[in-house]
Amino acid sequence: MADHEHSHEDSHQAPPSDLALRVAALESLLIEKGLVDPAALDVLVDTYEHKIGPRNGAKVVARAWVDPAYKARLFADATAAIRELGFGGLQGEHMVAVENTPKVHNLVVCTLCSCYPHAVLGLPPVWYKSAPYRSRAVIDPRGVLREFGLELAQDTEIRVWDSTAEIRYLVLPQRPAGTEHLSEQHLASLVTRDAMIGTARVDASESQGAE
Amino acid sequence: MNGVHDMGGMHGMGPIQPEGNEPVFHEPWESRVFGLARAMGAWRKWNIDAFRYQRELIPPADYWRMSYYETWLASVVELMVKKGLVTRAEIENGRPAPGSAKNSPALTTEKVALLTMKGSPANRDVQVASRFRVGQEIRTRNINPEGHTRIPRYARAKLGTIDRSHGVFVFPDTNALFKGENPQHLYSVRFTAQEVWGAQAAAQDAIYIDLWEDYLAPVS
Repeated sequence: MADHEHSHEDSHQAPPSDLALRVAALESLLIEKGLVDPAALDVLVDTYEHKIGPRNGAKVVARAWVDPAYKARLFADATAAIRELGFGGLQGEHMVAVENTPKVHNLVVCTLCSCYPHAVLGLPPVWYKSAPYRSRAVIDPRGVLREFGLELAQDTEIRVWDSTAEIRYLVLPQRPAGTEHLSEQHLASLVTRDAMIGTARVDASESQGAE
Repeated sequence: MNGVHDMGGMHGMGPIQPEGNEPVFHEPWESRVFGLARAMGAWRKWNIDAFRYQRELIPPADYWRMSYYETWLASVVELMVKKGLVTRAEIENGRPAPGSAKNSPALTTEKVALLTMKGSPANRDVQVASRFRVGQEIRTRNINPEGHTRIPRYARAKLGTIDRSHGVFVFPDTNALFKGENPQHLYSVRFTAQEVWGAQAAAQDAIYIDLWEDYLAPVS
């Protein structure tokens, strides 16, 4: 994972080369003091790299699309409904689902830091934590959505959810037209991370899916 | 605190730069910092509000310069020193002080699944009277605490409507300063975009903000 493979956010430089060394030195000090177990760190990192990610949220969305009773439970108590599918816990202790409709579009942000529903979407992308998104999502949501290639009708009501507490928001995107014949599993493969933040629609024409 | 972290409504930050096929961590050291923060958090010497506040205390010029996980690293180091888990000398020397105690890690491999699947709920099962009801109009208080707070600057002294009641939650303003959890009702409050930003906003748009009772006053 060399630097040049990834464009970092505007506001920061590639980390100085001594940063990796500083972190390694700190970790070895904490191991020597018996404060951390490096194997536990490995498991934790593996969990967020391979187990907890937007595939979880996509399954919740697909279930809500095909099962009206589940959808009703999701809006009555999202934490419990998400737990039914085996997800929840850290940064998903208190979930609320919000529904996109032809009239209402929801967008989630954390203007103060980086609050994000880890349990269903994994760790947030860099842009979500960046100054451009955090500063503009609340004051210029239409401009932000346009930047993501999403042009909403003039009369659409945009609801921006600023995650200032421990409540974590999941957007239930609109089910694309012409997907009535698709299986729940296939539907889940269409649901992207961005659609569950509110910066994208779900597109039935290509199986992009949540990463 | 009225710090640089409180970005809602600021201008001039440039375009949003989404990254295709973004990795969970961009460098191995980022994943180690993430893990160290969680593993050291498991000692329960601080709480999530204190961790957020510590990041807010990073001097503004540094906050802008640092990448996300650099701010985590700096904050974990400060909290560890503040809480006596390590000393600055140990960090500088890279080895434990002679004769210092050897501990047993708080977060073991077996406990990781428990940590991630159980989480740390912030609601509290205590009876606290609720001053507001769903549908009620409120005005946010005009407060500017120097310490930690979760009411963004853009949302102060604004008229809103209680949209839903979340229940009783730990109050970050006191919890971050280790002055107690002070559990109180938390609400989702709806503000019209025009109430917050004026006529330039679309008439039908709204912002929903989760706000604790101490941030709110009734509209008389």
